[in-house]
Amino acid sequence: MSNISSDDRNPYASNPGSLKKVKGSPQSLFNIAMTVLAGACLAISLLPLFAVLSYVTVQGFNRLNLDLFTKLPPPPGLSGGGIANAIVGTLMTVGIASLIAVPFGVLAAVYLSEFSKGQIARWVRFATNVLSGVPSIIAGVFAYGLFVVNMGGFSAIAGGAALAVLMLPTIVRTTDEALQIVPQDIRWASVGVGASNYQTVLQVVLPAAIPAILTGVTLAIARAAGETAPLIFTALNSPFWPAGFDKPTPSLSVLVYNFATVPFKAQKELAWAASLILVLMVLLTSILSRWATHKKVY
Amino acid sequence: MISDNNSAQPQSRSRSGAEKSLDQGFIWLTRILGIGVGVILLVIALTVGYRALPAIQQYGLGFLFGSSWNPVKEEYGALPMIYGTIVSSAIALLIAVPLGVGTAIFLSEDFLPLPVRTALVFLVELLAAIPSVVYGLWGIAVLIPIISTIGKFLNGNFGWLPIFSTPPVGPGMLPAGVILGIMTLPIITAISRDSLVSLPPELRQASLGLGATRWTTIFRVLVPAAFSGIVGGIMLGLGRAMGETMAATLLIGNSNQLSLSVLAPANTIASLMANQFAEASGLQVAALMYTGLILFILTLIVNILAEWIVSQVRAKYN
Repeated sequence: MSNISSDDRNPYASNPGSLKKVKGSPQSLFNIAMTVLAGACLAISLLPLFAVLSYVTVQGFNRLNLDLFTKLPPPPGLSGGGIANAIVGTLMTVGIASLIAVPFGVLAAVYLSEFSKGQIARWVRFATNVLSGVPSIIAGVFAYGLFVVNMGGFSAIAGGAALAVLMLPTIVRTTDEALQIVPQDIRWASVGVGASNYQTVLQVVLPAAIPAILTGVTLAIARAAGETAPLIFTALNSPFWPAGFDKPTPSLSVLVYNFATVPFKAQKELAWAASLILVLMVLLTSILSRWATHKKVY
Repeated sequence: MISDNNSAQPQSRSRSGAEKSLDQGFIWLTRILGIGVGVILLVIALTVGYRALPAIQQYGLGFLFGSSWNPVKEEYGALPMIYGTIVSSAIALLIAVPLGVGTAIFLSEDFLPLPVRTALVFLVELLAAIPSVVYGLWGIAVLIPIISTIGKFLNGNFGWLPIFSTPPVGPGMLPAGVILGIMTLPIITAISRDSLVSLPPELRQASLGLGATRWTTIFRVLVPAAFSGIVGGIMLGLGRAMGETMAATLLIGNSNQLSLSVLAPANTIASLMANQFAEASGLQVAALMYTGLILFILTLIVNILAEWIVSQVRAKYN
């Protein structure tokens, strides 16, 4: 840093041999000011998190009772009721999405980390990253164009397909990373005792990476359960119990969206309660996954 | 790689044919699924493009510049939504970039003890995990009243500026931009922090060893070295902001009129689709698909550029 010695106001200039920090020097004051500024950035960034968490908890907490989990939403104007149908619907759509995305994603990641080399793997990883940037509403439009139009209506299956597209990149990426951490030695050991490729992967490598893979999968599931935009085009919504996998299906997130703007008090309360459930679910899975990643097999 | 090892290994015990084909089958299965991830991207583009075809044939590129959206007369133009998407994302970046980069610097250097830093990084990540519809609901209840107050002040004192020329009505471009800023902040923070942390420690040590202060090191050495990574993070944030739907839909007011004022209601491509899709039919569906195609192409360009920039940084220091 040439300007340090050339600066006349610089206290180091009078005593070039000293490396001590001088209190009150321009540099020290600048450093303190910048540190405070950066700390303030962090504080402001975290403000919305605490604001959202506390507000949702306060608004949703008093509706958190047994009715919430067992009853249907009330008709407009009436009070009480619950969001049981939306909970079941969310489980259905997210369940379908997981059934598609988890095996697909894990096996694709196995290809990336175990069997691929060079250019193809690079392109697949690139495509995975780009896919994770595709807006969720586009995933919805895609599932609409492919499933809703061709299968004759809104359905939990179409919703699940849309959510699967959104879960896929997360699962591929976390599984890929988890498999790469597994030491090469155990693959050699497995092949050395005569195991074939699929035996090595399915019985040795994958089990070793399971905690990290599960973490990625649960995080992806939690995210998918909170997605709204793709479900508006695919699973739509319904005020009743889900009638089947090929019928319009309610979900917690779409319920929040629909009830957010209605003028009825009971519906507003249910929207807050559903938000609280969604937020608690995300919080819980995030904390659990944090805890799970600390466990290592090797 | 296992396949390499196998082929190099002398086969002491020959496998049965069934076993061999099972093994090859497994490898092919994973290969097909791996390439399938890329194919999905392609299928998304083709599906959306195919469904948009009637509208593309009807309106052509003029669709991008038309400013009327009238399903009754079957007049469709996407200019107000494209404008809304760009302006709301710009507001989001204006908020998220300084805050995100500042936070990233604070969390990448040793200002705080490591356990505290880890916990704070986790909290910033949590910000990204909250469902967008919850942000929307919170925004209606908390953010809009606050921003309306600020908006009244801005309109009262700076009403002569075109961007503050209308009195705030509640939902509008500004609250939507602010919520998008909150939602893009964690991704900008995470990627900027990643690129700062991945710089070789020698850079830092060399600069400090020459007698530079911590912040001189940060500004003159670390930030320039990680610059492309930070830019990549900002672009990924931009992609996120452009495609974000639910929070924007709930806060932007969904007006298809073009207005320069950020206090007026507006619309984004994503919120237009969320609002109209369920009730649309015929040509309107195609027109909505056309807007979806525009959004897909926009975010694709931004994301591919971002991925490329971020990968350049990784390549430089690995």
